[in-house]
Amino acid sequence: MTRKLVVIGAGMASGRVLEHLAEAAPDAFDITLFNAEPRGNYNRIMLSPVLSGEKSYAEIVTHDDAWYAARGIETRFGEHVTKIDRARRVVVTAKGETGYDRLLIATGSAPFIIPVQGRELAGVVTYRDLDDTDAMIAAAKPGAKAVVVGGGLLGLEAAAGLAMRGMEVTVIHLMGHLMERQLDPAAGYLLQKALEAKGIRIHCKGATKAILGHDRVEAVLLEDGTTYGADLVVMAVGIRPETRLATDAGLEVGRGITVNDALVTSDPAILAVGECVEHDRQLFGLVAPLYDQAKVVAATLLGQEAAFRPVQTATKLKVTGCDLFSAGDFAEGEGREDIVFRDPARGIYKRLVIRDDRLIGTVMYGDTADGAWFFGLIKDGTDIAPMRETLIFGPAHQGGATPDPMAAVAALPPEAEICGCNGVCKGKIVAAVQGGAVTLDAVRAETKASSSCGTCTGLVERVMAATLGDAFAVPAKQGMCKCTDLSHEEVRRLIKAQGLKSIPAVMQELGWSTAGGCHSCRPALNYYLIADWPLEYRDDRQSRFVNERNHANIQKDGTYSVVPRMWGGVTTPTELRAIADAADKYGVPMVKVTGGQRIDLLGVKKEDLPAMWADLNAAGMVSGHAYSKGLRTVKTCVGSEFCRFGTQDSTGLGIRLEKLLWGSWTPHKVKLGVSGCPRNCAEATVKDVGIVCVDSGFQISVAGAAGMEVKETEFLAATPSVDEACEITAAFIQLYREQARYLDRPYRWVAKVGLDRVKAQVVEDRANRAALCARFELSQSVYRKDPWAEHAKPEERPMWAALADLSLEAAE
Amino acid sequence: MNWIDIGALDDIPVQGARLVKTALGCVAVFRSADDAVFALDDRCPHKGGPLSEGIVHGTHVTCPLHNWVFDLNTGLAQGADEGGVATHPVRVQGGRVLLDAARLQRRSAA
Repeated sequence: MTRKLVVIGAGMASGRVLEHLAEAAPDAFDITLFNAEPRGNYNRIMLSPVLSGEKSYAEIVTHDDAWYAARGIETRFGEHVTKIDRARRVVVTAKGETGYDRLLIATGSAPFIIPVQGRELAGVVTYRDLDDTDAMIAAAKPGAKAVVVGGGLLGLEAAAGLAMRGMEVTVIHLMGHLMERQLDPAAGYLLQKALEAKGIRIHCKGATKAILGHDRVEAVLLEDGTTYGADLVVMAVGIRPETRLATDAGLEVGRGITVNDALVTSDPAILAVGECVEHDRQLFGLVAPLYDQAKVVAATLLGQEAAFRPVQTATKLKVTGCDLFSAGDFAEGEGREDIVFRDPARGIYKRLVIRDDRLIGTVMYGDTADGAWFFGLIKDGTDIAPMRETLIFGPAHQGGATPDPMAAVAALPPEAEICGCNGVCKGKIVAAVQGGAVTLDAVRAETKASSSCGTCTGLVERVMAATLGDAFAVPAKQGMCKCTDLSHEEVRRLIKAQGLKSIPAVMQELGWSTAGGCHSCRPALNYYLIADWPLEYRDDRQSRFVNERNHANIQKDGTYSVVPRMWGGVTTPTELRAIADAADKYGVPMVKVTGGQRIDLLGVKKEDLPAMWADLNAAGMVSGHAYSKGLRTVKTCVGSEFCRFGTQDSTGLGIRLEKLLWGSWTPHKVKLGVSGCPRNCAEATVKDVGIVCVDSGFQISVAGAAGMEVKETEFLAATPSVDEACEITAAFIQLYREQARYLDRPYRWVAKVGLDRVKAQVVEDRANRAALCARFELSQSVYRKDPWAEHAKPEERPMWAALADLSLEAAE
Repeated sequence: MNWIDIGALDDIPVQGARLVKTALGCVAVFRSADDAVFALDDRCPHKGGPLSEGIVHGTHVTCPLHNWVFDLNTGLAQGADEGGVATHPVRVQGGRVLLDAARLQRRSAA
């Protein structure tokens, strides 16, 4: 007797099961197929081309009505199964009951909707099935705004499709880089760049706070206060297995419906397949393992032995022409080594992860031609030791002798391009060298080779060496750190010239030799990006030294010192009481007056910092930035307000300058002094900027030092106007911010560029001074704020304490 | 192995660290840019600096006090500096960070 098979869900997995059954044993079962969607099996992966308009629905249908009819499959589309009665072996719908001998659950997955306010507004859609796609197409008017929440594969496909339909698209992604499950930060950066080039705005590290609108969606509000206008919001943050029917029926359900190797659930009469199942604690989303499951389900139904064994899957993704490949395990970990290859000019990034002479993972962007070969090495566990040196160049470079870079350059024909930026070929460089250009600078001047992006410098040097033989001495490199041969100055120039706006961008485009930089380049890059792109770049806290990350100075015993700001060195009895109270409350072992006219509370425990800051904030005080490469203090004397010798209000000017400059980040610390008369009680003439008041106005001098070196300031300008004194000071600080290398104090920077050039730009060229002030003010619109207040918020505080306390358990 | 759930992976900043207090001193639990986790004693052998406050780059951390660099895999100082710190087995399961406390307990018993 033919047995009855009921299938719930017409997705890609169950479609494949039906195909196998129809092929192997067309008469084994009477099949009834239920589907909540009012249609049959179609290729869900191809919804993206439907969204973008490249394909129609008809083109992605895998099984049409005729197919089901020819195979005698009864289709019940648009009919929800509401219950499974296992005792009586029937499924229940609004139209009645249907009996089964074997049941196959293929309910797939449901989109996860983040529980924010406004999620039920009209215009908020998910991206899962054809109805969602149709809803998006209906809303996609050219020029209308769409916000996609979620920068994973699905979200990016939605974004690309909507952009192709002419919408203005913004992607909000919670993590630091796109597709963080499949890509590492470097590849994520390249993907972001490619999407941005297509006009899609990407907002990483963005947490959605609420969806705003009255009747329908109008905007999306993020936790950081950013708002994006939206006529359509697509939720694509993830999916979860659709298990409600199985749960209600009392089947064993974990994250998905639990199945054994034969894809049978805890009820022997019921099987499950696809995204709704959990096998060996694993869930499945990619189509390859689902097709493997379908094969096993068909075999099991036909009484054959079969076992599902998930194999490693590679992800080769085509997001609107962005070429991506990832496979295996590419997280950093114990005993793992990286081989990294970057070609900035062609936007290529390849990374191989190796453990015990075996390739265990790879991420590739831009050139994925060798992906299948690498994937093969991963699956086979091939010993790669013999080809390790050239492994990253792929199969084409294996099997030969170890390549010698010099020989490779010598073998290049004269017309081979060496410098891509300036189109300089090898022959031209050889001619220049033979004509007497024997240094890199001379070749640069003569041919322009390596004078733009600089990444071909090594190649140019090899051409020179091959031409000159032993006469060529490779110049000693003065790279900013071991991660790059480029100097600080070159990096700063290229950040501006190439519009690099993130640390991964700099590392990729300038060919960093390490995956994540080091402790000396990361803080420098973070500073350069803050200084050059104040509005676009977001401070990377993890690239900061401990003091700036924790907004307090670490001491030798791991405690911190806390210095509240006292504008111009002036305080009040109320502030002093609050400081004294804080010192008592948090058991501060030492209270000391600093050289910059502040009060230092030493020996504070890290976990007490936020609460202490909140107390000081409540008394009206903010961070004194005693820890920062930024404006520290403006030291003043009492001036004309009280002093019988004072010529001007030096205290007032000091306070005004400090309120102008505070919060700004600079290449190194900056200290100011303002003295009310030439007696100079504020010791202004050993500061980075020192102002000495005289009867006729203000004398501004700069580039002093009183540390490892002691140096008197040099005269910059004199002015009768207090406003102009402030302008000149701000312009000087901004020029220093824009030009100095990280960790150079102003006196070192001025010594390098010359005081005359500083004077010309800050004092004499008034238009330039105004422009410098305007750029400073723009930056200050972001950074003139109290970091303590931010970190003292209640929700931030747990991050300052230990993650866990095992001291009791460990003592057992 | 005695795996103890010490918190969520997301509670540790990427390229950062959090502390776990034990009776034998603090353990720093690091999270790399690729979400790998590592656990090391939080005390630099040089002058006792808190490694948890160092800059994390690749699978290395730089001590915040005097820039000694340690390999997070082995706990060994890099370059010309000699020395190292103890490492502890740690892993991530279902978004939770599990630390093996067996070694900490053994040392306390000894």
